[in-house]
Amino acid sequence: MGRVWKYGDDVNTDVIFPGKYTYKIMSDEEMASHALEDLDPEFAKNVKPGDVIVAGKNWGYGSSREQAVKCLKAAGIKAIIAESFARIYYRNCINLGLPAITLKREDIERFDKGDEVEVDIEKGIIVNKTKNFEIHFPPFEGYVMDIIRAGGIIEYIRMHQGKE
Amino acid sequence: MGMTLTEKILAKASGKKEVQPGEIVTVEPTWVMSHDNSAAILLKFKKTGVKRVWDPKKIVIILDHTVPAPTADYANNHKSIREFVREQGIENFWDINTGICHQVMAEKGYDLPSAVIVGADSHTTTPGAFGAFAAGIGRSEVAAIWATGKIWLRVPESYEIIVNGNFPKGVFAKDLALHIIGDVTASGAVYKAVEFKGETIKDMSIASRMVLTNMSAEMGAKNGIIEADEKTEEYLRGRAKGPYEIMHPDEDAEYERRYEYDASDLVPKIAFPHTVDNVHDIDKAEDIEVDQVFLGTCTNGRVEDLEIAARILKGKRVNPRVRMLVFPASWEVWREADERGILRILAEAGAVIMNPGCGPCLGAHAGVLADGEKCLSTANRNFKGRMGNPNAEIYLGSPATAAATALKGRITDPREVL
Ligand code: SF4
Repeated sequence: MGRVWKYGDDVNTDVIFPGKYTYKIMSDEEMASHALEDLDPEFAKNVKPGDVIVAGKNWGYGSSREQAVKCLKAAGIKAIIAESFARIYYRNCINLGLPAITLKREDIERFDKGDEVEVDIEKGIIVNKTKNFEIHFPPFEGYVMDIIRAGGIIEYIRMHQGKE
Repeated sequence: MGMTLTEKILAKASGKKEVQPGEIVTVEPTWVMSHDNSAAILLKFKKTGVKRVWDPKKIVIILDHTVPAPTADYANNHKSIREFVREQGIENFWDINTGICHQVMAEKGYDLPSAVIVGADSHTTTPGAFGAFAAGIGRSEVAAIWATGKIWLRVPESYEIIVNGNFPKGVFAKDLALHIIGDVTASGAVYKAVEFKGETIKDMSIASRMVLTNMSAEMGAKNGIIEADEKTEEYLRGRAKGPYEIMHPDEDAEYERRYEYDASDLVPKIAFPHTVDNVHDIDKAEDIEVDQVFLGTCTNGRVEDLEIAARILKGKRVNPRVRMLVFPASWEVWREADERGILRILAEAGAVIMNPGCGPCLGAHAGVLADGEKCLSTANRNFKGRMGNPNAEIYLGSPATAAATALKGRITDPREVL
């Protein structure tokens, strides 16, 4: 169970993870402390493990930097739900093991900041406990689900290799 | 429901009857390509802990970006790649004496109809000219494919771009590509499959079709694609590196958007600095003086490109205040252009003939611009600093425009000299 952090359209990678930090080597905790700092200074202070982000279209456009996904994952975000994602951001999410879920605009609009939600990645269900409704999305396909379960593609390969 | 060409290829590659846009499929690519960046990729590959690549027959590595190596760092990268290739038994390795990766992929017969080709280079959209699904991916993803043999792909929505009509004199595939990008914009087709259709496309040479799929990346597309036909098969005869199947989009396929153009309406086009979609008719550029003309790259370094330039420059001299650099896209192009006397004509006109490769395109090698200089280039990108100096300006145009410009020393409409 977690809460919703709600944002609008066209949130770019610079406000998710400021460009000035991209070439600095940081621990996960430090990265999390800068997450969304130029968009919502409250986020890094109050985010809790299990929270989700709900956003409009084109989430994560701009640079290909992986930190823009990593910082949210490190902050405890369990899933990002958006109307659409920028192409590289979407790939980075999956490959770093953070579920990126696409919903229609009318469904996105049913969520508000602070709603209590539960996301079941395996079954493809989002339950909004505050507003009392359920939305289904197609569960991830086999390989992608394996990557998400493993926590990222590199982890998946390491595990896969371990089994051989 | 009918499927577009891209959907059909991805359905087949993932062993499904049908796929829909937005769906994620897992496929084993026909080829995974990388270039000098293989040095960085192999380090990532080693981090996965996997000892042997999944299939040394399906990995294609082509050295082209900084060839021959200009610095010790680049030389060390090349060396580490050659060692890795030997150690892993990678069969499809092409060293610095072959050409630009996207051109070599075609010439050596990797670009096959309905193949799935991914590569660590944004212009890996190029093989779409052969009816392949081809897309650029990240370096970590190439390393992951080397390790596992698979990649997940989101099935893109498709746009159709229909072009009919004959090109007027002085107008070429490059002008059409620039016109389309100016219209669709640099982000207008982000993540989409762009399918080119119509009489004009059918009439085009393979080389000209490659200009369109190559530049699809500049409107943000995931892939650009053109149905294969007799011309494709003709080109592939004696080259094809494997079996292939020619697929066609269904009559009732669904496209998210449709764009239609009449080629006979076009005039030569120029992309102004510093974005590829900053496109204008050439008359707006005509008094701009240039310091360098760059003819080459994976967009326009093929024989037909060198040939049209030679036609314009035959028996004439490049304007003395202009440096004209010619980089054939590959050694195959170089040899054919040599046999047909094209290189000699260009050299006698005063052009500097360089070795095949990316050359000044990415600013890491020969032909860098000085501060305040302007270049007319046949490449696909004109971003600030792209050719190695953020204080220089790059204008993009066709090979004919490049030759006419070299002759006059200012951006010149090729219709004046053809
Ligand atoms: S010629 Fe330019 S655009 Fe083409 S592969 Fe080389 S660097 Fe990239």
